[in-house]
Amino acid sequence: MHPIRKKRLTIIGFLLIGLALAVGLTTYALRQNINLFYDPTEIAAGNAPVDVRIRAGGMVEEGSVLRDTESLKVNFRVTDFAASVPIQYEGILPDLFAEGQGVVAMGRLNADGLFIADQVLAKHDENYMPPEVAEALERSSKGVHRADAGKAAETVDY
Amino acid sequence: MYPELGQLALILALLLAVLLSVVPLTGALTGRDGLQAFARPLASGMFVFTALAFAVLTHAFMVDDFSVTYVANNSNSMLPWYFKFSAVWGGHEGSLLLWILMLTGWTLAVAIFSRKLPATMVSQVLSVMGMICVGFFLFIIVTSNPFDRLLPNVPADGQDLNPLLQDIGLIMHPPMLYMGYVGFSVAFAFAIAALINGRLDAAWARWSRPWTTIAWSFLTIGIALGSWWAYYELGWGGWWFWDPVENASLLPWLSGTALMHSLAVTEKRGVFKSWTVLLAIVSFALSLLGTFLVRSGVLTSVHAFASDPERGSFLLMLLGITVIGSLMLYAFRAPVVHVRSRYGSMSREIFLLLNNVLLVSATLLVAIGTLYPLILDYLDAGKLSIGEPFFNTTFSPLAVAAGLLLGVGVFSRWKKTDVGFLARKLLWPLAVSLVASAAIMISYGGFAPWAFLGVFAAVWVAVATFWDLWDKSSSRQGRWYGLKRLSRSYWGMVLGHLGVAMVMAGATVVSNYGVERDVRMVPGDSAMVGDYEVVFVGIGERRGPNFTAQYGSFNVFLDGKLVADLHPEKRNYPVGMSVMTEADIDAGLFRDVFVAIGEQISGDAWAIRLQYKPLVRWLWLGSLVMAIGGFLAIADKRYRIRARAEDRSVAAGSAPAGKPVEA
Repeated sequence: MHPIRKKRLTIIGFLLIGLALAVGLTTYALRQNINLFYDPTEIAAGNAPVDVRIRAGGMVEEGSVLRDTESLKVNFRVTDFAASVPIQYEGILPDLFAEGQGVVAMGRLNADGLFIADQVLAKHDENYMPPEVAEALERSSKGVHRADAGKAAETVDY
Repeated sequence: MYPELGQLALILALLLAVLLSVVPLTGALTGRDGLQAFARPLASGMFVFTALAFAVLTHAFMVDDFSVTYVANNSNSMLPWYFKFSAVWGGHEGSLLLWILMLTGWTLAVAIFSRKLPATMVSQVLSVMGMICVGFFLFIIVTSNPFDRLLPNVPADGQDLNPLLQDIGLIMHPPMLYMGYVGFSVAFAFAIAALINGRLDAAWARWSRPWTTIAWSFLTIGIALGSWWAYYELGWGGWWFWDPVENASLLPWLSGTALMHSLAVTEKRGVFKSWTVLLAIVSFALSLLGTFLVRSGVLTSVHAFASDPERGSFLLMLLGITVIGSLMLYAFRAPVVHVRSRYGSMSREIFLLLNNVLLVSATLLVAIGTLYPLILDYLDAGKLSIGEPFFNTTFSPLAVAAGLLLGVGVFSRWKKTDVGFLARKLLWPLAVSLVASAAIMISYGGFAPWAFLGVFAAVWVAVATFWDLWDKSSSRQGRWYGLKRLSRSYWGMVLGHLGVAMVMAGATVVSNYGVERDVRMVPGDSAMVGDYEVVFVGIGERRGPNFTAQYGSFNVFLDGKLVADLHPEKRNYPVGMSVMTEADIDAGLFRDVFVAIGEQISGDAWAIRLQYKPLVRWLWLGSLVMAIGGFLAIADKRYRIRARAEDRSVAAGSAPAGKPVEA
């Protein structure tokens, strides 16, 4: 084979190997690490998978936050004003976590319908994606609550 | 009165930019020197007016002119003066103005430091820079005017700067990052100019190389500052979240790193030209993409100041024009420039090619992970997020592979490297690295395959770099003479690679051996984190200039000896009604002890986060070392010697200097 052609072939070969590697790794990692968002209505209806890492979000229900006095365990419920989901979390909550605030929790739903969160995001966090919460509220709420959802979307503005 | 002057200055700068993008280029294409002579004055004028606008905005912040909407939204009379200064770029409009100031600054720098370049090349490069400027001047004037007024209802006081941004990290982070982003526009302009006149040669690579390197160095510092800032300011001790806005800055860095290396091949060996041009285009396009992602409101984060759809579509249009325009030019012109140069399948060229393959794959991975959720969301196909594990599983193998390859590549030769020679060369460094990384693993207590690979890759890079330094510095006049004789660009490479090794070591060790504990503590309690004992002494209160704070007092002991007294805070900013966690860190070269207070749980019990972070500083120190390497490389003598030689030949009226001075 002509040396230049051979070289081109080597280069193309390398590129293909690199590309194949990248594609392989990507699909492998994507399959395991896509975290879908479910709103409380969907979770309450049993549409969310059990024991798969997902995200759940909504407003923290007024009066639902219960702290364990001996550890950092905390239980609360998030709601989209149509349904609500119990969430358990152990650790430090973000600064602006409060009742009536929009939050997104990352974790797994157990067989009893309790959402075990390993991460809770609220405003002031780089990872916070409140539009989903706003949208979830939009979908579930009517009338009065729609105004709340609009407000949630507005507070996104930092 | 002043703000209107600022606005006027911006409009004048736009007009100059329009002239700059047309006049010199026309001159270059039609061969009229008179028109080309306009290039430098226009570039200077554009910079002067932009600087004037920036000064006017800064003045408005300093004198608390709340009739300017942007000032009212991002400042407050109680803000300390240095934060008023940094608040100039604390919001969308101002940061865009800073972006443009840097762009015109880079344009001016090209105009000043290009005396030795052929006039047609300079005209074309400056015209391309001018076109980019036109786009951004239009963007700021049409959609994001920082000088908009709130008349006649002038607010009594401003709404304050987001407390997260009231920090030294923010004073430094955006300017550095923008210097990098915008700096790639120079490499881009050189690439486009070379495509226009078909002069893709070693000289072109030599001209664009220092610009690329310096932009890359700034970008490196900018990213490191952002990571450092997130580490101590976001309060929870993470240093990289694979957040879309972070990825947006990593993308041009990765492709820029690839560009730097392929430019080296193009300069030294005259090959990979089309590839290099493509990388230059891609790097700048990724800088624009980063700007778009961060500024358009597509992403909600501390960086996305406003979600104005008009701005997003304008930026997307700019991005589209740049990418489509330059790729069309590339498609038509790139095949014209073809090369005949020989190199074996075991040569430095091939190793650098592999380096490029890895870096470009990494760029692709990060791009997919960042853009996939956004595209799905845009298509209404569902909301999903791609978390850290995705990036960790895909990025780490590539990083390790790049490190292993780097160590081998350092010993390779241009054109052809004998496999036996390479194997003999590698034997000892390999043995040394294996022993050293095993020792490091044992000292951190615990073997984990991934941790070992990461540490090994880091040690391997460092050992290979030092080994090569030792080889290259041998001299009959003694070691010291040999070291002094090495060129600055070689030292730049050494520092760059050592920096990479430090970052790899830091990232691997802190991820695998760091300890993170959330505990419930009452005053008097103590908790262990790593080998350190942390005692919670109590809670106090204090007032800052524009906030009130509760602070905890903690004593940190190692083997019964007091090593630090830490005071993390929980701050309350009344103007913006926001709460902030301010961690306190006992920083050290080999480890950080990090304490942050969460909320009050009950009575006097608090949620406390304790962290032991070994080698975390190496992430930022390593980045700094890399950037210093970059700055050193562009200070290399060969750029000046050649310039002087060409000077002399011009003075003597002869042909360009006959004998090239290769470093």
